[in-house]
Amino acid sequence: MPRRPIQLPHRIESLSILDSEGNADPALDPKLSPTELKKLYRAMLLSRRLDERLLRLQRQGRIGTFGPAMGQEAASLGPAFVMKPNDWFIPSFREPAAMLWRGWPMDKIILWWGGHEYGASVPEGVNDLPICVPVATQCLHAAGIAWGCKLKGDPSVAFCFLGDGGTSEGDFHEAMNFAGVHQLPFICVIQNNHWAISLPRDKQSKAPTLVQKCIAYGFDGIQADGNDIFAMIVAAREAADRARTGGGPTLIEAVTYRLGVHTTADDPKKYRSDEEVECWKPKDPLVRFHKYMVRTGLLDDAAVELIEAEIAEEIRQAVERAEKYQPDPMDSFRHTFAEMPPSLAAHAREFLESMAALSSDDGTEQPEPRQLADA
Amino acid sequence: MAKLTMVQALNLALREILREDPDTLIFGQDVGKDGGVFRVTEGLYDEFGEDRVVDAPVAESCIAGVAVGLCLRGLRPVIEMQFSGFGYHAFHQIENHVSRFRTRTRGRYTCPMVVRMPYGAGIRAIEHHSESRETIWAHLPGLKMVIPSGPRNARALLRAAVHDPDPVVFYEPKASYRAFKEEVPDDPEDFPIGKAAVARPGSNVTIISYGASLRPTLEAADELAEEHDIDAEVIDLQTISPMDTETICASIEKTGRAVVVHEAPRTCGPGAEVVARICERSLMYLEAPIRRVTGYDVIMPFFATERYFIPDSRRIVAAARDVVTF
Repeated sequence: MPRRPIQLPHRIESLSILDSEGNADPALDPKLSPTELKKLYRAMLLSRRLDERLLRLQRQGRIGTFGPAMGQEAASLGPAFVMKPNDWFIPSFREPAAMLWRGWPMDKIILWWGGHEYGASVPEGVNDLPICVPVATQCLHAAGIAWGCKLKGDPSVAFCFLGDGGTSEGDFHEAMNFAGVHQLPFICVIQNNHWAISLPRDKQSKAPTLVQKCIAYGFDGIQADGNDIFAMIVAAREAADRARTGGGPTLIEAVTYRLGVHTTADDPKKYRSDEEVECWKPKDPLVRFHKYMVRTGLLDDAAVELIEAEIAEEIRQAVERAEKYQPDPMDSFRHTFAEMPPSLAAHAREFLESMAALSSDDGTEQPEPRQLADA
Repeated sequence: MAKLTMVQALNLALREILREDPDTLIFGQDVGKDGGVFRVTEGLYDEFGEDRVVDAPVAESCIAGVAVGLCLRGLRPVIEMQFSGFGYHAFHQIENHVSRFRTRTRGRYTCPMVVRMPYGAGIRAIEHHSESRETIWAHLPGLKMVIPSGPRNARALLRAAVHDPDPVVFYEPKASYRAFKEEVPDDPEDFPIGKAAVARPGSNVTIISYGASLRPTLEAADELAEEHDIDAEVIDLQTISPMDTETICASIEKTGRAVVVHEAPRTCGPGAEVVARICERSLMYLEAPIRRVTGYDVIMPFFATERYFIPDSRRIVAAARDVVTF
């Protein structure tokens, strides 16, 4: 009747490739082509500049509450780089870099924050889910998609994202547990940005790492430097290879930092120090990747200037398209069920009458509801 | 034509569905080898295998949330909450996602799933196993709420729920699971969702009910005819949401009198919606105030005294007589 330590079969590692001066560890460097590197740099910069633009649009009252991803671009872009077109991308809401990489039109992202369902209507041909607000609930959708792929003999992989706060939710546990039991092609990326609105990481969990939770579910995990595009690519690639060859799920903890606000509705100065934020600034993924690109001769000031100009124009055009978008409020009735039941058709008629009265009473411009064929 | 219990009829529907459509699967706790705690899925695991009839971990949110993912990937899951009292663990998935995917993605993604849950009192079950909370689900836009009352419509409505392109919460009155048998046609049939049925035609008063309460309602109608010379029309709602206003109001416009019967608590119960619709459309046809015979606004008691809290034919007869003699 011995008493002995239990050996657990899964190991967890920490991975970092790019240092804060932009030097890549030659043994671990994923050795991407210059074209790939330039594309990634442009994508990261695009996400950052879109963030900055959206913050300004929010301050001007042109969109609603906005949650920027500033400082976290590499954590979603690395896995997106590894995803195949038919893989499934199940975001939370701080993954605009991955959304843009996957082919989401920028105006849809702007319109989601601008209060339009059009921003959640996923483009045809893209296997992605829209932004998910209820924390960690998307993890179960990802597990279900991964299971569906497995049942149908489809080799696609489901990539799911959540934050450090999400790991305290029951749905995170239930998804991880189910993915482990059925050995699903499921990759869960925790963007540990150290803050869940005002709650710091150490109040979220006493566990020294978040990645170690994978051991309890019976699969592997890796803690990667989430501000290091190369570490995120390598971690995601290993996980994807494992998933595609029937090796089951992987948990990736991307250690990153939320440089900005949680959303425009809060003021981080109330709960965290400026010194802490300053400490993380040199680790900014864009700064480090920029240094790498300059150091390796792939970029110079003139090239960056050109990219900046292109991006500025792209964003300007997307904002213009988004602001021209005309919603049809009848879509809410049209898309409640496949076929409109008579009781709902009565509501739709009542709504049309109410909108007609509103347009005639009030000189301001109202959206124009289109008649429904079946109401 | 065979005489089946509701459990057998539901089992038949699930067997037909699994045979007809390879994208369907059953997912719930103990639905596999065990055949479900009420035996609704008995034998299905043996016929269709572990990839079509799948035992879930003890995690209701997992069952509903994973089913969302299955739908998005093109499958049609029929999921089971072992008892409706445990379905609240899945509530946030059903409210935040199952009911919303169609509208928020403007039709790009949909969740054509069926969420089966046994509900209601009357089987001497322990705490948390006896509630009637259909209002909670019926209140959610984008979700359909269906409750059969007997073996034949249980089979036909469950088939229709699976064939429906939208999500359906399907409450099964467990007090009626084995209480009686009914002829169920050999050929598969679907009853339309969103349509009430006239379970017994009549002319003096309309009694509207559904689910487990339909049986005492029909017994009351017989007693009203035999002992009180009152010819009651009984309407079986079958679908709580979207509710069939037309069938209800057409009957009221004929009889001028109404009683609504359900086991759920009265306040904001489905009966409140029935009464509101009658008042909105058919108020001028009413000859008497409407009466509701329902559960009281209390927590369903432990089983030793539950029977006093379930609407029975005695209360229904008394209410119908009051309405007719007003």
